[in-house]
Amino acid sequence: MDFGFKLSPSSAINLDKVDTEKFAELHRAEPDVYKCMACGSCTSTCPANRFSGMSVRKVILGLQRGKEKEVIAMMKNCMLCGKCSMVCPRGINTRHLILSICRIYGEDMK
Amino acid sequence: MRERFLTGYNDFVLPFVCGMLFVLGYCLVGLVRIIMQLPAEDRKKFFISLITPKTLLKNIKDIFLKCLIHVDIWKRNKLLGYMHSSIAFGWFMLIVVGHIEVFLYTSDLGAKALYYPIFFRYFVAETESTMKGALIFFLMDFFLLVVLSGIALAIIKRVRSRLFGMRRTTNPSFLDLIGQYSLWSIFPLRLLAESFTADISGGSFLTKSLNYVFTEFLSNHANMLPAWWAYSCALGIFFVVLPFTRYMHIPTEILLIPFRNAGIKIVNARKGFAKAQVYSCPSCGLCIDACPMGVLKGNIKDTTVYLNRQIRRNNEARIEEISDKCLLCGKCTAICPVGVEGDKLRIAQRSVRKYNFGSDYSNISASEEILRCNKFVNNNNTSVSNPDKERVLYFAGCMTALTPVIRKATESILSKAGTDYEIMDRDGGICCGRPMLMAGRFDQARQLIEKNTEIIMGSGADTLLLSCPICYKIFREHYALPGIRVIHHTEYFDELIRTGRLDVRKGGTRYVFHDPCELGRGCGVYDEPRNVISSAGELVEAAKNRKESICCGGSLGSLTLSFDKRKAMTENALANLTADSPDEIVTACPLCMTTFSRYADRPVTDIAQVLDKCSGPGRN
Repeated sequence: MDFGFKLSPSSAINLDKVDTEKFAELHRAEPDVYKCMACGSCTSTCPANRFSGMSVRKVILGLQRGKEKEVIAMMKNCMLCGKCSMVCPRGINTRHLILSICRIYGEDMK
Repeated sequence: MRERFLTGYNDFVLPFVCGMLFVLGYCLVGLVRIIMQLPAEDRKKFFISLITPKTLLKNIKDIFLKCLIHVDIWKRNKLLGYMHSSIAFGWFMLIVVGHIEVFLYTSDLGAKALYYPIFFRYFVAETESTMKGALIFFLMDFFLLVVLSGIALAIIKRVRSRLFGMRRTTNPSFLDLIGQYSLWSIFPLRLLAESFTADISGGSFLTKSLNYVFTEFLSNHANMLPAWWAYSCALGIFFVVLPFTRYMHIPTEILLIPFRNAGIKIVNARKGFAKAQVYSCPSCGLCIDACPMGVLKGNIKDTTVYLNRQIRRNNEARIEEISDKCLLCGKCTAICPVGVEGDKLRIAQRSVRKYNFGSDYSNISASEEILRCNKFVNNNNTSVSNPDKERVLYFAGCMTALTPVIRKATESILSKAGTDYEIMDRDGGICCGRPMLMAGRFDQARQLIEKNTEIIMGSGADTLLLSCPICYKIFREHYALPGIRVIHHTEYFDELIRTGRLDVRKGGTRYVFHDPCELGRGCGVYDEPRNVISSAGELVEAAKNRKESICCGGSLGSLTLSFDKRKAMTENALANLTADSPDEIVTACPLCMTTFSRYADRPVTDIAQVLDKCSGPGRN
């Protein structure tokens, strides 16, 4: 269908000097990761937040910025309770996202 | 009876003998392999159970009732039950009576024992003295008729499964079809073959009558051999394909029952007990109708019967997809007539996933957590201040943190009843570990369990009260809490009412109770919540309740189902609950409550709220 106009591709330039290869892999496995609008609902419900500052919002942001070490340290206390997925207004399946991060990232940190 | 042939042999027995030897050899090798795959202590447990008279008797009883009579299917649907037991029990009796017949009338069997019981009528001729066998002849024909009626029903079922109480049935695989058609043809061919020889070796109401009616054709002995060949070939084909079809459940179930009675659990995802379960699946498809994901014809290929099929085929991609999608509501396990544990099988598949890093909770200090709930212990001391009084530690759970109204109502009831209580997770606690366990990450769940055990044991409580069935199940099954009573709030409220510590005024509201998966099927708690509701108002039942209750669709058991895909499931569950038009839907699980509240057209409340509304302090 031709509307006479179209969406132009994003012209944003990522100036971060980080290796985005793993995040691209994560995005392939979890397309929803870009749906996050950083509202922080997940953070406010997270029971692990009290212990390690865990926050799915920060995890998503941190991985895009190449802060893998910090993210993994945060995620160490995730209990997979799933409250973040229940409150997410964007309907991101955060539990599966967390499991995918555990699978893709941290190869060298074992 | 006298022998018709000096050799007692004809070439037509070969397909049957080859098939039988093949299937026996296959089963023997499989049996040894499965037993060797069991962990050493399970194997020991299994062998000990085989020589313990009590379990041995139970094994025999279970094998008779389940494999031959199919009592569980009878309870579901009479016609379906008759179909299964007529084929299984009828065939079994044909084999038994056939053997009795052979041993009565022949001596010096030797290698003939391999095929004589099957093809006896071809090799012998009736004599004067055979009249004594009239009963046996009758029995043989009678059981043949029973099996034939079962086969006829099976054919009808393929076309009209609704007559048998099944909306959907399994889509058979190619080999399943070959096995099925050969099984269906065995018995009509046997009737035909025995009708040919009925005037020689005798028969009863079925075979002899047939022989008389079609005397032109059936008395022509030139036609006899092809019928016996066809009968033998059908048997041979059935036996050769049997290990690769659903009919493998026939021998495997006989092994599964003693395993289960020995108390063996799934350890390895694919080997040992898990393998026995997978091969015991008869592909009957009862789990397809039961699965809450099956609404709107969705996810039918993700039911337990297809999981078993994919595991047998080693289709890793599909195994992962199926096992991750499941809500783990456990309904397929509850209704499975052979006892395949679909939920545990899936958790086992999840446990073999490889992750680069996992959680580590060593930074969480249990002693700091105890300080938050140390009401029952003396200052600077570990001893309990009031050892004789009831000391309730209330663990609301993660999900209740999202529905604080449940915690409030529970606290209010506890104060009315005068219970001395302390909240373990006032500002968020440590997860019970069930979600980790459901994701198959057992080591991490173990760490959480250890932390919580330390906190509970250090709190000085003697009762652990839970309002979330998800926590309740794991606290009951995976925690070792000596001296502490673990109780769900529905059970505790029931107790408060019964002992008169809570005074309840009965109202006129019509309530329907939704059995949460983990509370009902998971822990077997069905009556206590109903007692509580009955004392508070009028209890109506859902169309499907108790063991057959339908999952709300919000379960955290599923790893991949996103919330928008669950809407249809929730609506289906709601339709089931509102069948008797109640005023209010009552549940006892914070997760069910949240999920139902999204789409329900009437109030959804927790049992604690209902009770809190209409109760006051009791006289005791």
